[in-house]
Parts: sequence; C-alpha cells; structure tokens
Amino acid sequence: MNALVFYKKYGIFLILLLVVAFFAVFASNFLSIDNLLNVLRQVSMFGIVVVGVTFVMIGGGADLSVGGQMAVSGMVAGILMAKAGMPILPTMLICMALTTLFGALNGLISVKLNIFSMIVTLGTMLILQGLAFVITGGYPIFGLPKDFTFLGQGYVGIVPVPVILFVIVSAIAWFVLSKTYFGRYVYAMGGNPEAARLAGVNVERMRVALFAICSFVTSIASLIMLSRTNSAQPSAGASYPFDCMTAAVLGGISFAGGEGTIGGAVVGVLIIGVLNNGLLLMGVDSNWQGVIKGIVLVTAVGIDSVQRKAKRVKAAEA
Amino acid sequence: MSTNLALSVRGLSKSFPGVKALDTVSIDFLEGEVHALIGENGAGKSTLIKCIAGAQAPDEGSIVVGGTAYKALDPQLAARLGIAVIYQEFTLVPSLSVAENVFLCRKTSPSFIVDAKARQAKAAEIFRQLKVDLDPARPVRELSPAYQQIVEIAKAVSREVKVLIMDEPTAPLTTSEVEMLFGVVRDLQAKGVTIIYISHRLEELFEIADRATVMRDGAYVATKLISETSRGELIELMAGRKLGETYPERRSTLGNEALRVEDLSGNGVEHISFSLRRGEILGFAGLVGAGRTELMQVIYGAAPSSGGAVYLNGEKVRVRRPSDAIRLGIGLIPEDRKGLGLFLGKSIAWNTVINAIKSISRGWLVDRKREGEIAQEYRERFSIKTPSLEQMTGNLSGGNQQKVVIAKTLAANSRVIIFDEPTRGIDVGAKHEIYRLMNQLAEEGHAIIIVSSEMPELLGMCDRIIVIAEGRKTGELMKAEFDQTAILDLASRGRHSTLASA
Repeated sequence: MNALVFYKKYGIFLILLLVVAFFAVFASNFLSIDNLLNVLRQVSMFGIVVVGVTFVMIGGGADLSVGGQMAVSGMVAGILMAKAGMPILPTMLICMALTTLFGALNGLISVKLNIFSMIVTLGTMLILQGLAFVITGGYPIFGLPKDFTFLGQGYVGIVPVPVILFVIVSAIAWFVLSKTYFGRYVYAMGGNPEAARLAGVNVERMRVALFAICSFVTSIASLIMLSRTNSAQPSAGASYPFDCMTAAVLGGISFAGGEGTIGGAVVGVLIIGVLNNGLLLMGVDSNWQGVIKGIVLVTAVGIDSVQRKAKRVKAAEA
Repeated sequence: MSTNLALSVRGLSKSFPGVKALDTVSIDFLEGEVHALIGENGAGKSTLIKCIAGAQAPDEGSIVVGGTAYKALDPQLAARLGIAVIYQEFTLVPSLSVAENVFLCRKTSPSFIVDAKARQAKAAEIFRQLKVDLDPARPVRELSPAYQQIVEIAKAVSREVKVLIMDEPTAPLTTSEVEMLFGVVRDLQAKGVTIIYISHRLEELFEIADRATVMRDGAYVATKLISETSRGELIELMAGRKLGETYPERRSTLGNEALRVEDLSGNGVEHISFSLRRGEILGFAGLVGAGRTELMQVIYGAAPSSGGAVYLNGEKVRVRRPSDAIRLGIGLIPEDRKGLGLFLGKSIAWNTVINAIKSISRGWLVDRKREGEIAQEYRERFSIKTPSLEQMTGNLSGGNQQKVVIAKTLAANSRVIIFDEPTRGIDVGAKHEIYRLMNQLAEEGHAIIIVSSEMPELLGMCDRIIVIAEGRKTGELMKAEFDQTAILDLASRGRHSTLASA
C-alpha cells in the first residue's frame, strides 16, 4: 500500500495521534484519566450533532440549522419542565418529536422547492435562532427538575452519561451507514444522485429522512446540554453549525457527498476536542483556538485534496 | 454563387482514442454558396466544423483561408478570418438585451464607457440589413428560438463574417420561422457570405442549398450540385457502406410477449406503440436527438409519461419511477454509463448489487457474503478483467465498466433489458464480448432493446428495427427488410416533411 493510499485510510488517525502526542508532552496533566474523560464529555454533545450532520453531508446536503434547533428545543423543554411542570420523560419525547419533525420540514422544503439544502437551512437557522430569543425575550430559563441533571451530569461508574450516549449514537450510526442498505442509499445519493435515482433509490424521500435523522440526534444533544448547564439558553449551539461541519470535513466527509465514515467524523470530533482541551491546559489564550483549529483544518483538507488530485492525474495518464 | 474559394480543407484528419473521426477530408467551399454538409451520426460533420471554427486542432492536413494554409486554427484566429459558427445550443446571455448580445464583449465606441445608444443603433442597422423586424432593446430571454437564432446571425454579421457555419438551424423552428431564416440566409448569400449548413432535413436542402457534401464514417464521399441530385441519391451516398464486420450468430426462438407499449407519450416523444417478445432483440434507429433515449427514459420511469400505457407480460403496469421499473424487471443500461450507470468511487461488488440491494438484505442488514457471491458470479460469467472485486469502477476500462453495468442490471433480475448505446467508446474486442453477451441473454429468454447510432450494430444484432424521428415512430423493419438506405430515409423524416410517415 503506497503512502497516499495509507494516508487516505489512516491519515486522520495519524493527525489525532500527533495532536495527542503533542499535548501529552507540552500540556501538564493532559494524559490523566480524569482529563481524558473530561475531553470526552465535553465533545459528547458536539459529537452527537456531528454524527447527525455527517448523515446529511454524506447524502450530499448540509444542515446549518442544527444550532438553532438545539436552542429552540432547549427552550421548549425548559418551558415545559420549569414553567408548565411537565414530567421529564414526556417533555423529552415531545422535544425529540418536534425537532425531528422540523428536520423533516428542512428536507421537504429542500426537495419540493428544489433549493440547495445549505440555503434552506441557512434560512431555518436564522428563523430558529431568532425564535429562541423571542420565546423568553432573551432570558435563559432556570428551575429545571433536579432529577434531570442526571442526563448531562451523571455517571455510570466512572463514565459520564453524555459519553455513553455519544458512544451509543455513534455505534448505531456507524452500523446503519456501513452495514445496512439504507446506508448504501445514502452513499449512492451523495456520490451520484442521478445514478442513484436510476438505481431505484427514492432520493427525495431519503433526503427528508436524513434531515429528520440529523434533527433527531440534535434533539438528544440539546437535552444533554440542557441538563449540563441546568438552564435553557437561547444562544445554545450557536457555534455548532460551522464547528460540526469543520469536524466532519476534518474527519474526511466531503461536502460534495458520497464519501466519509462515522469513524472519521468521530476522529474529527476528537481532534477538535483534544485541541480545545490541550490549548486550555497549556494556558493558551482562547482566542488562539480558532486560529489553530483553522490551520489544522486547512492542512488536513489540503493534504487530502492534493492526494485526490494526484490520484486523478494518475488515472488520466493510465 | 461565384467560383472563388472562400475556404478549403485539405487532407484533414483527426483521431480520438478508439475512433478516427476525420479521415483525410478535402472539401472546397465557394464564396456566396450555401453548402450543405450531410451524413449520419458519427460521420464526422461536428468534428470537421470544430476544426474549421478553431475549437479543435486537426492531427493532419490544413485549412486554407484567403490563400493561406493553416495547420490549425484557434477561436480568435477563426474569428479574425471571418469564420463564425452558430451551434445548436445558442451562446447568448438570456438576461442581456439583443444589442448587448450582438456586441457581446466588444467595444462599439472608442471610449471606456459603454455607449448604449450607439450600440443599439448599430444593432438596429444590422437587423435592417437582414430585413428582420427586431427591437434591439429587448432582453434575449423573451425571444423565441427563431429570433434568438437571428441574434446569433447578427452577432456573426457584426463581425463581418465571411464563412458562417450553421448546425441544425431549423431544428427548433416552425415552418414560417424556417421561411424567415431562409430569407436571411439568401440575403447573406447575396452579400457573398458562404454558408456551411448542417442538417438532417433533406427536403430543406433542396430549397436552400446550392451544393451538398456527403460524409460517411469520417471520410469524404462526394459533393453534388443540389440541382443535379435527388433525396434518394443523397441517402444512398450517406448510408452506402460495405458491411464488413461480422456479428455473432444467434438462434432466435421467440417466446411470449414481454413488453408492449401503446400510444406512449412523454419527455418529447409522442404516440409510440410497439411490442417485444422474449428472446427478441429489437433495435431503435434514429438520428441523435430523435427521442430514442427519451422514450426509454419514459419506459423506465426515469421521466414522466403524459399518455399511453405500458404492458408487461400482458398486464398493464404503472412505471412512475425507476424503482418501479426495477421491481417489475425492466433494466436500463444508460447511454452515459459513467455518469448515470455507475458509482465510480465505489467497488465493482458494491456497484453490482446496488440495484438489488434490498433483496440481498436481511431486514436492514446487507448480506456481504451474498454480495461477494453475486459479484464473483458475474465477474466469471462476463470475464470482467480486474485483480479484485474491490477495485473501484472508476479505474476500469470502458468495456469492463459496461460489463459491470450489465451485471448490475441482471443482478436485479431484469427480464426486459434496454441497452442505450451499448458499445460506445469501447474497443473492438470488448465490443464483441458484449455482443455475445447480448445474444446469450436473448437466448436465455430475456427481451432486449438496443438503442444505437451505429447502423452496422443494429443491422447485425437485431431481429427487428424501429425507426424514430423527431419524437415519433416513422417505421418498423423486419430482418428480411433491413436496408441502410431505407432506415436512414425513415430517420430523416422531419415533422414538417411532406412525405407521409409509416
């Protein structure tokens, strides 16, 4: 296996290893169990959303409205539990159902009006983010039931609950994408939507389904965030849309669709998590985090792009 | 028509991988003549035009303009020499006005600032000369194709065109618009412009052309004075090749009716009826753009039908989308195998089973073992040359790619298989393998449709041939009646033709 093929398959793990090694050396306490679990917990919510976004991206679309969905879902749950006194479980189910329906709406608009999903979700993102502020006039909601904190702050043994949920969601997603016919349809419609249609894939229905899936997992993440911060914040998830896509692209998911794996996306999430955590431990000014993340992203994508071009040139010369 | 040379091509040759598009072609084009360029699909007309227009460089030979011989032209040089082309797809900007399009990217006044008034006046002057009534301020997107074409002509005239090439100019026009176009053409002719006119509508040529050059399989055949020839003679010249290739033998035993199409319309075709039996190979002949692929798309559910019915094994069926077709056992091997038939980034095995993926899944889970078995089965049966079934289809040769597409269709249990241009771009050896495969499939009881622009292929492989022209069926021939000239004749029958269709 030559160097380029190796990089294509394992490159992302190498980068993760490099980053971990770097911080193991330069950041005090980085490699302690406590800290590593901390990193995992911090990326869990983010990671769950990335899994959802990955489904959409591999299918050839984009969902910028995940942040807005998190905010509104959190606000609705906050109102139901804190103000209306609804029990935890029904509240969670209602929020998840509502958010999933919203995702289906994203998909329907994109399909029926034939607008590129990035544009549609840009619009719905703005609507939702605005709505989240309108709901309480910009104030967070407090007074959530005590039992609810288990979701975001609880442990099973030494493992934080969010991490367990992240692992479960990722495992299911991995299974669906790589082992089921549904997963193949996703790759097909992302890689070549017209060929997929001719191969019998109902591309329109699949698109709606993918957005619904993304929203479903986003609602799970939003409930976790609600529980962790013990409040419903109207600005929840504001940075998520772009951070999620960054993690996905870092993990090898192509914007064009049809490529990438859940494994890669998870590694992308971990890299971002490690970077955030390591830089913090090193005492680096938080403003530098963005700069460094950007550099890592451009480098990783750049190497991938160069390697892709080399493969194309080789194929053309053949 | 004078006897001065406007432009000549001498010994022009051009090859592409696998095909010799032009073979030492020499033609003289005279000043002020309307010179028709005719021939079947693949005769070399487009390639010749592209060389003259500077869009392609020939491998050998020269283009002689104004006494100078050029080994190759580029678009700017061709424009300077007074050569202009009007392709079938217009190169106008819909949102800009007529005048802006006529003078696209050219200065109409000496200063930096655009003088819109001067530009409009200049455009108006050109239309006056062409004796056409057109407001230069109108946006081009409001114009009908006929007037858009006039704008294209005006564009050429504004560049003081000497040789104007028109590719199928009357295709989008109504009868009265054709007359308007002819008026403009005659006008240009009177001013000494040479018109090279590509068209399949032979009747029109007898109205407007002075001479016609026939090309066949990339070579020059003959040039005739229109006044001294006939439609029949031209068709014979276009088609009259010697059939050298042999096609594999087949014992055809025809079974029950597999497919019947009644009065089917949609996607640009109208009122098509035909039937197909098990074990039969039915060919569809016609010129490029006649509507054969469009018809197959309707049958396959890839395009909506606007009327008519489809029967499978005698029962009426509704095919609304490709998944219906696949479920009913209809398979399509698309014309664009790389773009529509395969997922180039995925492996041979992945591609082979994708049409049938649900049927090899237990619940949601894909049975990878079954996938491997099926892929291996077809790899052996079709002799797909590859080191591994995990090889990406994008890396395969054209012939092997086609085999994977065929395997993909068969793996989904297709009983009626439509092949659209099955051997295009495939080397001779692989071609014959595919012919043998098609015969085998027919002998096994599949019903086969072949859409092809290669006449010899149709004549050699099919039991029956249906001819489509401009979205309608113009004829049907049994094997005993097969005749190149007759087929080409039927394929050239335009809607505005005064000849009765079959």
